[in-house]
Amino acid sequence: MKALIYESIGELSKKLCASEISSEELTRAFVDQIEKLDDSIGAYLHFDPVLAIERAIAIDLKRQKKQILSPISGIPMAIKDNICTSDMPTTCASKMLEGYMSPFDAHVVKKLRANDAIILGKLNMDEFAMGASTETSYFKKTRNPVDMGRVPGGSSGGPAAAVAAFEAAYTLGSDTGGSIRQPAAFCGVSGLKPTYGTISRSGLIAFASSLDQIGPIAKNVEDLAFVYTALAGHDPMDSTSSERMVENKDALIGENIEKLRVALPMNYLREGIQKEVKDAVLEAAKTFESIGVTVEPVEIENMEYALPAYYLLSSAEASSNLAKFDGIQYGYRHSGFDSIGSLYNQSRGFGFGTEVKRRILLGTYALSSGYYDAYYLNALRARQMVKETFDKLFESFDVILTPVAPTTAYKFGEHSKNPVEMYLGDIYTVPVNIAGLPALSTNCGFDDDEMPIGMQLIGKAFSEKVILSLGLAFEKEFAKKEVVL
Amino acid sequence: MKKISIYDEYESVIGVEVHVELSTASKIFCGCSTAFGGEPNTDCCPVCMGLPGTLPVLNDSVVEYAIKAGLATNCEINLYSQMDRKNYFYPDSPKAFQISQNSDPIAINGHLDVLSGEGLKRIGITRIHMEEDAGKLIHDDTKGTLIDYNRCGVPLIEIVSEPDMRSADEVKSFLQKLRAIVIYLGITTGKMNEGAFRCDVNLSVRKKGVQTLGTRTEMKNLNSFAFVTKAIEVEMKRQIDVLEKGGTITQETRRWDPAKKASFAMRSKEDAHDYRYFPDPDLMPVILDQHEVDRINDDMPMLPDEYLNILTKKFGLKYSLAEQIISNKNVADFTMETIGKVSNAELFGNLITNVVIDDSSLEINVEQMIELIHLLDSGKINSGIAKKVFEFMMKSGEMPTQIIEIHDLWPITSVDALTKMAIQLLDSNPKIVEDYKSGKIKAKSAYLGLMMKETSGKADPNISEEIFDDLLKKM
Repeated sequence: MKALIYESIGELSKKLCASEISSEELTRAFVDQIEKLDDSIGAYLHFDPVLAIERAIAIDLKRQKKQILSPISGIPMAIKDNICTSDMPTTCASKMLEGYMSPFDAHVVKKLRANDAIILGKLNMDEFAMGASTETSYFKKTRNPVDMGRVPGGSSGGPAAAVAAFEAAYTLGSDTGGSIRQPAAFCGVSGLKPTYGTISRSGLIAFASSLDQIGPIAKNVEDLAFVYTALAGHDPMDSTSSERMVENKDALIGENIEKLRVALPMNYLREGIQKEVKDAVLEAAKTFESIGVTVEPVEIENMEYALPAYYLLSSAEASSNLAKFDGIQYGYRHSGFDSIGSLYNQSRGFGFGTEVKRRILLGTYALSSGYYDAYYLNALRARQMVKETFDKLFESFDVILTPVAPTTAYKFGEHSKNPVEMYLGDIYTVPVNIAGLPALSTNCGFDDDEMPIGMQLIGKAFSEKVILSLGLAFEKEFAKKEVVL
Repeated sequence: MKKISIYDEYESVIGVEVHVELSTASKIFCGCSTAFGGEPNTDCCPVCMGLPGTLPVLNDSVVEYAIKAGLATNCEINLYSQMDRKNYFYPDSPKAFQISQNSDPIAINGHLDVLSGEGLKRIGITRIHMEEDAGKLIHDDTKGTLIDYNRCGVPLIEIVSEPDMRSADEVKSFLQKLRAIVIYLGITTGKMNEGAFRCDVNLSVRKKGVQTLGTRTEMKNLNSFAFVTKAIEVEMKRQIDVLEKGGTITQETRRWDPAKKASFAMRSKEDAHDYRYFPDPDLMPVILDQHEVDRINDDMPMLPDEYLNILTKKFGLKYSLAEQIISNKNVADFTMETIGKVSNAELFGNLITNVVIDDSSLEINVEQMIELIHLLDSGKINSGIAKKVFEFMMKSGEMPTQIIEIHDLWPITSVDALTKMAIQLLDSNPKIVEDYKSGKIKAKSAYLGLMMKETSGKADPNISEEIFDDLLKKM
């Protein structure tokens, strides 16, 4: 029999409902795995086995009284450390917020609690979600469970590594420019960046408000649907939250895929891409065709503007969002100050890491008088162009198939010296955030070093069910092929 | 002949920026109370304290109040407006930015007509925008600087005028009129001592006849009309003195010190912040429907000018008396309810402006007032007694006649009784008689004053006067 930690949410949910297993037993299995592995993986920044087991026992009691309704109830999970929890610290992996206790739960955490989820702890990330390798965390390195010498990707490196190492059944990450999809691809798991506005951002410590979106990382596509349906929905506390009704899990994976038309942008595959990644995506296209989906090669224009626009807009918003970390009300305050000016300078100078400071400087510059039009406004124009390009493409297609990242997971330090090299890794993911679209990242192969390769399915706004259904169909076919190989 | 001073060769060019705290029940982006004067840091929550992870949600009432202010000041209402972030570091701003409106404010291009020395003058209003207030820093000698976040997120509108004013008097008229309007709209308490109506003054000077503008300074901390007037006079003189000595004016922000009756430079243009305004990505644009604006327009309460019109034209009150009545909205509302029903509008107007009424409500009813004015109008009581009865009326619910009975306030009209009193009074004050005989008219008023004092104002003044004349003729 497969050990419990390897099972999917669907399988676990069935067993819990049938009382074949208890939530306590399941939680202890994950606790054991974390205690065994996490010293070397480093996914967790905060781990609270006592709280988790207590909660599991309470949920088992509730189940005995037949008060359990949610399929994710009693299943252990963990949360990226930029999502506020009232019973665990929330640090954004920054010295600035070391030990910070939020007085409230994020909207998604309230929903998790309402669904009787079991929260094991908080997960490592790039500082304030700025980075693509989790190397900018102030606290620790997170290793890729597939190859401990490599990065897990980022910024949700902890959430992806925790799922890949079976240290949680699923996790929550956040995605501003690829931060769920790229680490999911690097670690060989699945991640969903939902449509902007479908999951409340209330309680997510903002990096770039107009781009940030919370989403799940899990072992497979069906698990993503379980979590997405539990968390999505209108929140009056978030003015950007959509009022649209959310489908249930079965509807989310129940779309008829046969008439779907998939666009494959060929210009994405020509240069600056690892050959095995390109081959795997082309192979995925064939798999889709084999199950009756139409795939057509296209050229996608204007995407060269997406990356610079993204770095301008996200940094501009970040420069303002992170201004509150000033050493006054909470968080890190440097002791060596003799004026309000030096209190700010010292606290921010020593409290933030290099990458965060780089983005704040970049964003401050882009918003400064005299530069605003050239940078911020032009970036907004580019954003509009990217949106229009997608709109046009979606007139003829339902889904766009792309790689998640140009390469598989790289070794520690390989890109961290050159920020622009690191930024180029976001080329396929940022346009999705710029346009507020949903996108799924799931495994579609391995390179010669057996590192996982991810493909991305981009859908129209609010078409989560199309990309999830398509992703699920692919997954089934892909599993067959693996067996054959 | 009046000596022509150098100051008369100049004129000042003045514009104002007024911050009005809105009296919505809750703050602009959260559910906290906007009440003034709570214990420090009790009317605040994670949202208005800007804690990590919190998001603002715009209070619809703030938009409605701002629209009312725009309509009442003849502005165009922008159906598309947006909230922007104004970034700056200061401990009173817990997010290190203020959510305000920059490029697309809620209202633009309005005006108010105010009385100036040259008659009615139109003062342009450039814009009105919505924003949040900051917290308060309290400097304590022993504990250092403390922060009270209660005021954080209290909704404000900022009303910016065109530089159309030329004197302290014009500024005062403009501000008084504006303050009356926002109070009549019911969108603010207007209490200047609580910071609910705050003005900054932008002022430059130029030689009369010159068309170009001089360099301006901005004065802050003007929390009474008296300070505004004084600060303008002092600043105008200061600028002229600088120019006359061959100096130049520095564009700067100055803080008015009411104790020293002088302003002091706070920061110059070079130290001015670059606020790096940009649209707040946490808030959607404010998109209005013209029907919504029309509905608000239809529900607008009566404004001070309409009150003035009715009181002067329909009820024939003097302009100055009507102006006095409308300076307190409670008095104005009571007047509108009552003035058509009393027997003498002018007597009523004089009486009600003669009694000190604070901001609390007037707890008297129309019937009481009708009876009181009737007693006064028919000569049964004099205005002094009427004022006393009025004051009792505000404390108790009794009718004027009852009050007069209970407190024994009927006037003494008996000639015999008054003559007796007068003789006694003149006997013990021979100086009055002496003075009167030596031609000092004032002696009579001294006598009348004493008669009133002796009778607690009840002596009938006309009869008392006749008695005096009679008695002295005989002496």
